[in-house]
Amino acid sequence: MQVANSEETNAEQTNPQEGGWKAVCDAEVVVDNLGVRALVDGAQIAIFRVQNQLFAIDAIDPFTKAAVLSRGIVGDLKGQIVVASPLYKQHFNLQTGVCLEDESVAVKTYPVRENNGKIELQAP
Amino acid sequence: MHKQKVVVVGNGMVGHKFIENILSSEDAQQFEVITFSEEPRLAYDRVQLSSYFSGSTADDLMLTSESYYRENGVAYVLGDKVVEINTDQNQVVTAKGRVETYDKLVLATGSYPFVPPIPGREQPHCLVYRTIEDLEAIMASAEQSKVGVVVGGGLLGLEAANALKNLGLETHVVEFAPRLMAVQLDEGGGQLLRKKIENLDVNVHTEKNTQEIVAGENRRYRMNFADGSHLETDMILFSAGIRPQDELAREFGLEMGERGGIVVNNFCQTSVDNVYAIGECALWNNRIFGLVAPGYQMAKVAAAHIAGGEGDFTGADMSTKLKLLGVDVASIGDAQGRTPGALSFVYQDGINEIYKRLVVSADGKKLLGAVLVGEAEDYGNLLQICLNGMELPEAPEQLIVPQTDGGAGMAMGVDALPEGATICTCHEVTKGTICSAVADGATTIGEIKSCTKAGTGCGGCVALATQLVNSELTKLGVEVNTDICEHFPHTRQELYHIVRVEKIKSFEELVAKHGRGLGCDICKPAVASILASCWNNYIMDESLAPLQDTNDYFMANMQKNGTYSIVPRVAGGEISPDKLIAMGEVAKKFNLYTKITGGQRIDLFGAQLHDLPAIWKELVDAGFETGHAYGKAVRTVKSCVGSTWCRYGVLDSVGMAIKIEERYKGLRAPHKLKFAVSGCTRECAEAQSKDVGVIATENGWSLYTCGNGGMKPRHADLFATGLDDETLIRYIDRFLMFYVRTADRLQRTSVWMDNLEGGLDYLRKVIIDDKLGVCEELENEMQHVVGTYQCEWKTTLNDEQKLKRFRTFVNSDKKDSTVVYVQERDQIRPANEAEIVSFVSDSGAKAEA
Repeated sequence: MQVANSEETNAEQTNPQEGGWKAVCDAEVVVDNLGVRALVDGAQIAIFRVQNQLFAIDAIDPFTKAAVLSRGIVGDLKGQIVVASPLYKQHFNLQTGVCLEDESVAVKTYPVRENNGKIELQAP
Repeated sequence: MHKQKVVVVGNGMVGHKFIENILSSEDAQQFEVITFSEEPRLAYDRVQLSSYFSGSTADDLMLTSESYYRENGVAYVLGDKVVEINTDQNQVVTAKGRVETYDKLVLATGSYPFVPPIPGREQPHCLVYRTIEDLEAIMASAEQSKVGVVVGGGLLGLEAANALKNLGLETHVVEFAPRLMAVQLDEGGGQLLRKKIENLDVNVHTEKNTQEIVAGENRRYRMNFADGSHLETDMILFSAGIRPQDELAREFGLEMGERGGIVVNNFCQTSVDNVYAIGECALWNNRIFGLVAPGYQMAKVAAAHIAGGEGDFTGADMSTKLKLLGVDVASIGDAQGRTPGALSFVYQDGINEIYKRLVVSADGKKLLGAVLVGEAEDYGNLLQICLNGMELPEAPEQLIVPQTDGGAGMAMGVDALPEGATICTCHEVTKGTICSAVADGATTIGEIKSCTKAGTGCGGCVALATQLVNSELTKLGVEVNTDICEHFPHTRQELYHIVRVEKIKSFEELVAKHGRGLGCDICKPAVASILASCWNNYIMDESLAPLQDTNDYFMANMQKNGTYSIVPRVAGGEISPDKLIAMGEVAKKFNLYTKITGGQRIDLFGAQLHDLPAIWKELVDAGFETGHAYGKAVRTVKSCVGSTWCRYGVLDSVGMAIKIEERYKGLRAPHKLKFAVSGCTRECAEAQSKDVGVIATENGWSLYTCGNGGMKPRHADLFATGLDDETLIRYIDRFLMFYVRTADRLQRTSVWMDNLEGGLDYLRKVIIDDKLGVCEELENEMQHVVGTYQCEWKTTLNDEQKLKRFRTFVNSDKKDSTVVYVQERDQIRPANEAEIVSFVSDSGAKAEA
């Protein structure tokens, strides 16, 4: 089970190292509220655009080990922007990766941005 | 140890209740029970007898079954009457000569209809209204009649009149007294009831004393009245009251009342040792109780007395609430104000035809009785106030005048009721019982009905019980919040209404006008479903796609490993060899696991996202359409082979199943919908376990509604019988659209109906009688959905942009490496966790992928 250290992730986002950004796909492929899945160095990553803000998290649902999170419905719950796993409907905070139903569980998050018409990720 | 033998004479509602009570007593094993029924069947629900005319069968009315009796060791003898009691030797003898010895004898012989001694009353087509056999005779007679008269304008008489009217006869009610329901109503109430009934084309003749029945000039008979007038008719139904069936007791020396009835004490014991009498044959304190609730109380008391328990019978409340010819009528306590010094409050609304009267004590503090005609919603509340002797508010009239602010009015509130107050008089369920059911986790009236039986008798207490449930939930801190989620302060039903009325076409518009936030996985699919039910636009449209659950979005069913299964439509379960081969070839080519579903279709498992378009291309080319197995939508119509092939088949069930499936395919609803059509009553298609079940009979189609399998299986209820194709489709149109319109999110039809106030009867009134005047609208709405159907897969295959959504990865053509299969019984299946670990380590792949 991947448990992300959310502080570390946030640190990365606020201070992204130059370089290390990988273009994944054209920017228009990621439309509002519809997730897509990318394969980056063997890792399956779910990318979302919500209210013109980009998010990237591990696509593998830690509860089922199936790579389904890009196919969940996005929305907000109590002020947090979340995706619901399509299998058992647990919600994951897109910003932190933390599961709302079980805070001991989280998915990895990745820095993501739009640059020159491309979606770029900083993946491990 | 010697078992005590209990002989129960009569297996009507009360006799059966007695047996149930004995069986549930602590010492049930000590008793050996045998019951005799003069009728050819065991106990059935005589209170609901009139539903026999609106489609219920004798089976629907049964209160018990032969297998239940057998399993519980109750012996029964049908079609044989006890004709002799030998109280010295403790024996009874039947008409067929059977002799039975008893330790305890219980007479539950009931009553018979009183037929006034009018010359000519014994001719054909002069009938009574009491048993299923009587009803069969009435139906047979009605087929040869145009005009029918009911003699007697009491409660049963008006029900009989309703039956005649439903059988299509010109209907008359002839009453000796100056008003209808003279026992229960006062003059004002009786007058309004008459007016309302006459508006329904039932002719009412009061103060008519029939002198003779002779041959008619224009019709079969002519009834001559004492005042010189006459009435011509083809058939006559006598419903002029009941008389206790007491001849057995009379003949063999039990103490009788002056005007009949077997005298009993507070324990329902007769004058002879070890002999009890209960129900309508028993006379307690010089009174006969002609309602079922007091009969049930007597059954309980007698059973307790025999089994060594406690309890006595000290009279019963004769208050009643019912719908007569669609008119709400209720009578409580001293309805006529006969108590010395009693005062009245009367509320009359000439426009809406409502009459209410409160009878209060001289000091204005206690409610003695009430009459309600035209609207009886206050019944439960008033009855409780009356029975519990609760103090009235300072202005008691507030209890019956309508509230202008639309509030619940001055109802004293369920909170004011004592714990012991009986909410459901039919099943003697107290407030305390319901409260503890709520404390144990029941949250809906449907659950209360199944765990306490409250509200399952006459149904008169449902409104009050619902209030009680909600009030208890609030007290327990369970917020009775019916909002669909945090984004909308509305129920699904309200959202549906808003979407319809404001012609809203997108989630953004709805949330902007009526909600807040971004939405979530609860409200988005619910709104998507509402939009689809209303406007039926292509679900992959830009604005609709993000609302869909992954199943709807990719038009396939996600399985546990993130792959999809595919179910093409096989309408009615009929498939040609060519199509079967085509499907097999697709499955083989894409290495899919295949399985036959419960709905007579074929499910193809194991497709990855990027496989879906190619698979569907081949399926569409072979003539298949999407099966909507992924949607909260109409799924399948299962069928048996029907009259085309089957030697028992009565109608073409496959043809009808295909017709139904083609009509409703793609209809999105609050939950999935399953159908079935059987070609005869052998019911091979199992239609009675479906939301909509259709069964062929000699007289046309029978329609069953609101059944389901699954976690909580439920038999469907018989909704209507003798339907032709057109009427059947019309009823299903209305039923489905009314469900779509009013159900909660993810509420199957069964739970939906259980929570509709008035249940099945109400549903029939809406759909068959158009009580709400919405049927045309419902049909038009359905027509729109039917007319705008498209195969979503076919449309998608023609749209390059949409097909791009089916890529597994946006940046790679690789497959999902988490999807691992192993072989089992010649097909693939997902590898389990242990198998994946060994697979991954064998191949040396990175574990975190």
